[in-house]
Amino acid sequence: MADFTMPSLGADMDEGTLVEWLVGPGDTVTKGDVVAVVETAKSTIEVECFDSGTVGALLVDPGTTVPVGTRMAVINTETEPPAAVPAPATPSAKQPTAPASELQAVPGRTTTGGGDTVSTPLVRHLAERKGIDLSSVHGSGKGGRITRSDVEHAPADGPHRVKASPLARRMAQSSGIDLSALRGTGQGGTIRADDVRAATAGPPARTVESHAQARPSSATAEPAYPARAAIAALMSRANREIPHYYLSTKIDLAAAMAWMRDRNADRPVAERLVPAALLLKSVALAARQVPELNGYWKDEAFVPSHTVRLGVAVSLRGGGLVAPALTDADTMPLPELMATLKGLVSRARGGRLRASETADPTLTVTNLGDQGVETVFGVIYPPQVALVGLGRVIEQPVAVNGMLTVHPTVTATLSADHRASDGATGARFLTSIDRLLQRPEEL
Amino acid sequence: MSTRKAPTGTSRPTTYREALREGLREALLQDERVFLMGEDVGRYGGCFGVSLGLLEEFGPDRIRDTPLSESGFVGAGIGAALGGMRPVVEIMTVNFSLLALDQILNNAATLLHMSGGQLSVPVVIRMTTGAGRQLGAQHSHSLEGWYAHIPGIRVLAPATVDDARHMLAAALADPDPVLLFEHGSLYNAEGSLDATVDAVDLDTAAVRRPGTDVSVITYGGSLPKAMAAAETLAGEGISAEVVDLRTLRPLDDATVMASVGRTHRAVIVDEAWRSGSLAAEISSRITEQAFYELDAPVQRVCSAEVPIPYARQLEEAALPQPATIVDAVRRAVS
Repeated sequence: MADFTMPSLGADMDEGTLVEWLVGPGDTVTKGDVVAVVETAKSTIEVECFDSGTVGALLVDPGTTVPVGTRMAVINTETEPPAAVPAPATPSAKQPTAPASELQAVPGRTTTGGGDTVSTPLVRHLAERKGIDLSSVHGSGKGGRITRSDVEHAPADGPHRVKASPLARRMAQSSGIDLSALRGTGQGGTIRADDVRAATAGPPARTVESHAQARPSSATAEPAYPARAAIAALMSRANREIPHYYLSTKIDLAAAMAWMRDRNADRPVAERLVPAALLLKSVALAARQVPELNGYWKDEAFVPSHTVRLGVAVSLRGGGLVAPALTDADTMPLPELMATLKGLVSRARGGRLRASETADPTLTVTNLGDQGVETVFGVIYPPQVALVGLGRVIEQPVAVNGMLTVHPTVTATLSADHRASDGATGARFLTSIDRLLQRPEEL
Repeated sequence: MSTRKAPTGTSRPTTYREALREGLREALLQDERVFLMGEDVGRYGGCFGVSLGLLEEFGPDRIRDTPLSESGFVGAGIGAALGGMRPVVEIMTVNFSLLALDQILNNAATLLHMSGGQLSVPVVIRMTTGAGRQLGAQHSHSLEGWYAHIPGIRVLAPATVDDARHMLAAALADPDPVLLFEHGSLYNAEGSLDATVDAVDLDTAAVRRPGTDVSVITYGGSLPKAMAAAETLAGEGISAEVVDLRTLRPLDDATVMASVGRTHRAVIVDEAWRSGSLAAEISSRITEQAFYELDAPVQRVCSAEVPIPYARQLEEAALPQPATIVDAVRRAVS
């Protein structure tokens, strides 16, 4: 027997709201399966299960906000008799031998789920991978159940679409609010104008009874919406508590760009690298070489991390930003890092990050190169101790061997916590990045 | 919009029927070319009593009883209009007007176009529409939406005593065919006639009750029900704006869209059947023109898609009622 608890999906998270269960009692789950969707102040995250077994009782109803660590469900691990499952409707006799990838072996979801889309976790996985909204898929299985073949033959409809009224959509767009971060109070969870107003104006959505009262007409300053408020709190804390020091260096990318061009030349577009992949890899390797910057400041002391989880700041289209982590960025081969990065950015923008991807990064990189700036000095994400800023790759005159020539260059900066390290350490780190980028073939 | 002159008196109580008669009388007095014809309009005083007394006052040349031949006398009216007269043709109920549909659609509505602009048809055709009086399926349907489908005619639906009093004059001033739909349940309705109003504008819809939470869009016999529903809703804290279309063709989109722009929700009340109705047309226009103002799906309250029953309870159940309008509004704002 194992507990599935509300995970901590960030250093500043102390509670979360269960949005949806993706499994029902009696469903077979394997470690890593996405079992629930949890909403934090920052975004909506799919949470994975850390145990394999059969789902027992679901202890928390969707819509409930619970503290981190709260027991949300019971997972009966495989060695235990299925009798421990509270009233599963389907016997799971095949479960010990059948791999979860065989759809026929996965016991059907029982009616206790209450969802209108009847599907198994595997089907949901598949649908998510293909970017298909299951509610739009016609189920051809028994009782309207959506089968694997239904999903395989369904046209991909892109990222999950939020149900919102046209007015709410327009208001959200003009005030820069991410609709996926809101909870709809309309029919079927539709986001209405009141929900957007509540997010911009602070006071809770007005009830029908209070409709007759005059709408607030004075043009007061609008309080921040949840994601903005979370960023505001974190960044205020960072600037208040962390004594930053800043370093900057210009890195010659002639060798790196030439190597990348050669490597990309005979590869299909999907397998090509972009400069960001090389830059991130070199930052990750430098973090391993200068471990004083890779870790956390906790209880008045620096705690180094043994792995490098590189946070990549992703600005969201609706405003705000998240920094999901590239786990093992230092050991991951470049092509894999490239693919992971692509997936991470698109999932972050679609608001469907996984719990493991938001696990606390040990060092964050903010890359504003695509926004056109040359130099960015960032603010450290507590409890991390450093933040690397990367600007745009631009052609600049450089002196090489006493001759003036034009090379692609990038400005790398470091914002570091002076409590944890000194300028000399930071300098060593930036120099490491530079040195690594001069030998791109070793990245 | 109403044009007003300096107040010479205050409002006075009257009925919808009397207001219509006053309008007719005024038209007959002011223009010699105006005459009224239809079944039983003379000696009987009109089957709903609208023209009672007019025969005695104006004589049989101007108040003419006709045989039961809708196509014939509507055609005669069109001919008289072409000949320079200003005929007012009364058809007992909209159900019977279908016998004259060929004249209305193929002649009245199209002659201006077919003649290359040479022949206009200044005929006014009045008829009763709607249910609620236990007159069975032959006398109770709301087919004005069908006429509102036809280009070349104007379709009016007076819902208040002021509109009943003044719409006829405006209709007669129109050089093209005008159809005037009088809801049968309104004839006995009392209202106070505003003595300061001496003309009405046929081009604009009227906001009969301002509100902020939902626009209830309606016309004719459904207006009193919508007003009653708005009153009930006000007690629940829901502020409903009631829009009276008044003219069903051409529709005044601007007033409807402005209202939806204020309230962001719309409920359309139309006594006709739902499928292919005027309510469907208005809903479409809101989607086309005010989609980004909507905070909820447009709701419609229409009649059950059955021949209107005779039995009172069944008839009531088949028609829009204040309670069903209240329900629809709650759905829109919930």
